Amino acid sequence: MSDLTRRTAAQLADALAAGETSSVEVTQAHLDRIAEVDGAVHAFLHVDGEGALAQAREADARRAAGTSASGLDGVPIAVKDVLATRGMPTTCGSKILEGWFPPYDATVVERLRAAGTPILGKTNMDEFAMGSSTEHSAYGATHNPWDLDRIPGGSGGGSAAAVAAFEAPLAIGTDTGGSIRQPGAVTGTVGVKPTYGGVSRYGLVALANSLDQAGPVTRTVLDSALLHEVIGGHDKRDSTSIDQPLPKLVEAARLGATGDMRGVRVGVVKELTGEGYQAGVQARFDESVQLLVDAGAEVVEVSCPTFVHAMAAYYLILPAEASSNLAKFDAMRYGLRVLPEGVDAPSAEEVMRATRDRGFGDEVKRRIILGTYALSSGYYDAYYGQAQKVRTLITRDFAAAFEKADVLVSPTAPTTAFKLGEKLDDPIAMYLNDLATIPANLAGVPGISVPSGLAEEDGLPTGFQVLAPALADDRVYRVGAALEALLQDRWGGPLLDKAPSLNGVSA
Amino acid sequence: MSADLMGYDEALEKFDPVMGLEVHVELNTASKMFCGCSTVFGAEPNTQTCPVCLGLPGAMPVVNRTGVESAIRIGLALNCSIAEWCRFARKNYFYPDMPKNFQTSQYDEPIAFEGFMDVDVDGEIFRVEIERAHMEEDTGKSTHVGGATGRIHGADHSLVDYNRAGIPLIEIVTKPIRGAGEKAPEVARAYVQQLRELIVALGVSEARMDQGNLRADVNLSLSVKGDDTLGTRSETKNVNSFRSIERAVRYEVQRHAAVLSEGGKIVQETRHWHEDTGITTSGREKSDAEDYRYFPEPDLVPVAPSAEWVEELRATLPENPTARRARLQGEWGFSDLEMRDTVGAGALGLVEETIAAGASPQSARKWWLSELARRANDAGVDLVDLAVTPADVARVQALVDAKSINDKLARQVFDGVLAGEGTPDEVVEKRGLAVVSDDGALSAAIDNAVAANPDVAEKIRDGKHAAAGALIGAVMKEMRGQADAGRVRELILEKLA
Repeated sequence: MSDLTRRTAAQLADALAAGETSSVEVTQAHLDRIAEVDGAVHAFLHVDGEGALAQAREADARRAAGTSASGLDGVPIAVKDVLATRGMPTTCGSKILEGWFPPYDATVVERLRAAGTPILGKTNMDEFAMGSSTEHSAYGATHNPWDLDRIPGGSGGGSAAAVAAFEAPLAIGTDTGGSIRQPGAVTGTVGVKPTYGGVSRYGLVALANSLDQAGPVTRTVLDSALLHEVIGGHDKRDSTSIDQPLPKLVEAARLGATGDMRGVRVGVVKELTGEGYQAGVQARFDESVQLLVDAGAEVVEVSCPTFVHAMAAYYLILPAEASSNLAKFDAMRYGLRVLPEGVDAPSAEEVMRATRDRGFGDEVKRRIILGTYALSSGYYDAYYGQAQKVRTLITRDFAAAFEKADVLVSPTAPTTAFKLGEKLDDPIAMYLNDLATIPANLAGVPGISVPSGLAEEDGLPTGFQVLAPALADDRVYRVGAALEALLQDRWGGPLLDKAPSLNGVSA
Repeated sequence: MSADLMGYDEALEKFDPVMGLEVHVELNTASKMFCGCSTVFGAEPNTQTCPVCLGLPGAMPVVNRTGVESAIRIGLALNCSIAEWCRFARKNYFYPDMPKNFQTSQYDEPIAFEGFMDVDVDGEIFRVEIERAHMEEDTGKSTHVGGATGRIHGADHSLVDYNRAGIPLIEIVTKPIRGAGEKAPEVARAYVQQLRELIVALGVSEARMDQGNLRADVNLSLSVKGDDTLGTRSETKNVNSFRSIERAVRYEVQRHAAVLSEGGKIVQETRHWHEDTGITTSGREKSDAEDYRYFPEPDLVPVAPSAEWVEELRATLPENPTARRARLQGEWGFSDLEMRDTVGAGALGLVEETIAAGASPQSARKWWLSELARRANDAGVDLVDLAVTPADVARVQALVDAKSINDKLARQVFDGVLAGEGTPDEVVEKRGLAVVSDDGALSAAIDNAVAANPDVAEKIRDGKHAAAGALIGAVMKEMRGQADAGRVRELILEKLA
């Protein structure tokens, strides 16, 4: 039953409900697929076959008893290694946390367990989610299933690649400046960054607390909606989580799948198209906009002039928060401990210094230095303070744009997947990958990336981003599902059918 | 390197002291400031911890509403304005007993600000202005093992107990206190004493300085007389008793004065107070490089107490200290001098509690201000930190009133209580301190005394009753003090009538 891995989560859930297959079979099929391809893809940092199969057996026992824990009961999932998991290591892609087993589950993980989704393992990522290529993982890069010499995006390249390579039907990602959406775009998968506060951050090892948001990584919009409804909603352990019910996301995705876009106003953001975007990316974007128009959408151009400052503001706020968050990694209580060489009876400070020097990678150190500087006395107002003002302006630009349009759209990433190593020595070029995704994090609004085709020039996937006002996550599902349906009609099937099979690639 | 000191009077002729007092109050909430862990004192190390207060990756804080409530009540009691909207901030610095390597505190948006407290110093009112009261979390507690002094230098290892990490603290900061002149040490002491009374009356903290529930930092600088320019300050940390506060201020005035008079410069630094020798020594130098990189805590939402809530809390405030003192003086019938001494000794609350436990005002005052004050002074501790409770004192007085013991035995009962031998009744029992009320035993002792002092007996027979004192003394001696002197006198007069 190797084709079990080709099915969507919704299809698997239906098959499980109908008794056509078991969770153990489904889970085992994905574990087999991981064994077959992950040596080449390297999406996983840790695979928990035993744990996943134990959960699968419990799911099957529930089905046998005529009950189920959720609509996704028994459908396996992969979790980005930035979420705390009891009984599984949590490294955040960093040496400094090598071998750390959290004594608790993140709320998202707790909800997954409660929903009965067997957790296959933990996926690779840029160290502490800093990066757009997964090359900054201390445990080696993840490879793009479309072309193993290329990056899978980042920081959540592991989750996107796992789903794109059919190693998992579902995955959890986290998005601070595009880390769910940009990997989705370059791997031909779907990724959703929910409204800030829509999914609990408790147990998500913070990169930048005011920007981070966990969300679904899947192959279809409907699967994302199903997963979002499992993990979302208020959590009293996260003070920033929103205390109100989620919008009806699955319903919105099903409505969108009818392809009817009449009455929906779509705003094309002037500042997020054109210059700086690869020709093939722009072409696929324009084509998708035209499809939406053909389906009845009203398209308007909107301008968000302050978006041009988003990148600068982001690279002050993020490092500032990160520099403080990462201070806790000091070798005193958990994780790596390095004793300085040639020092007899080193002091606590000397051990901290040696450990942080060895345990953090260059990109992490770069951002700690940036953030420490930006928060320093005498610079705070000029940097962090100013960046927060820009943030307010960006939020106002969004508010104004959402007066004119129900959703805003843009290409998700300016280019298709680049070669591994190509931008590793050029941080600014790397940062520019997130040009179109960062504004949503600064304003806390939800966004989705759906596959929009393959660029003419390189045959690699491109992504289409849909943004909606805070709390209106249902809109991104409706429009995302509509575009997905319209494009699949044209393609005659999912985009991932065109990807290399990778069968036997690790053998 | 102990600095030379200038005589206190001479120092005050040349300089005006300016003080700043920072008091940390550990709240008595059932759970910590940002998590549900217990705050009970004295548990096994590291048993009252969780991912949040250990600062584990991914854990997030949630504000304790009772902590905010206590902070607002303290602010209101100090006549502060309460912020309509304020935030927590991260204070970033590395230290092994601080789990996150930042302290969640408040920076430029404190919950309470701009208040004052009228402090009673020897019957005169001195207004201390309050700059702010803000909420923060405590750190873990480090114990340095292997060194001579318990300090980190010379230790071979350190132990950290995170039970204390995350316990809610309110930090109360005064504005610079000027114009206290020679009374600066007394003002500092009276302020902290009165602040403690207020905290106890509010019921928001155990406020025991010996257990670290109330910790004071004393900042001091000198201005040259006639010149308002502030001098460089020293920050003496963790001065943990009322009398030490007074002594530390006095010491720093004398030290600063000596340095400045010789043309020297005061170094801005933290200093350690040494209870045993009564001096301060240099701690950490505070350079301009110390930068806590404060920024708003992004994991918490702003605290915005509604006006209705603040007014509800205002209605729960205890009466203000000045009114309370006037009321108690009237109720107790104390003279102005008696009241002033009681307040000055830091015994107001103790006397009040002792009276509430059944003692008469005069007996409560007598024990605390004489016998117990002497013992506290001998031990070098504050009255409140003596290991005797108001209930113990009331019980001792009740035993005296019932003639089960006399004053002399009562002092022995206090010896026992202070030595940890138990309650007053247990000490009486264990030490066999009850007064002998058996007239037969007393009669035999009297006969012995009469036989040994025939001339005295003769005088009494002649009606000189005042001479009985010599016989009473002899009887008490034979009874080893365990007799009721009044009864002995009666029996002697009967026998020699």
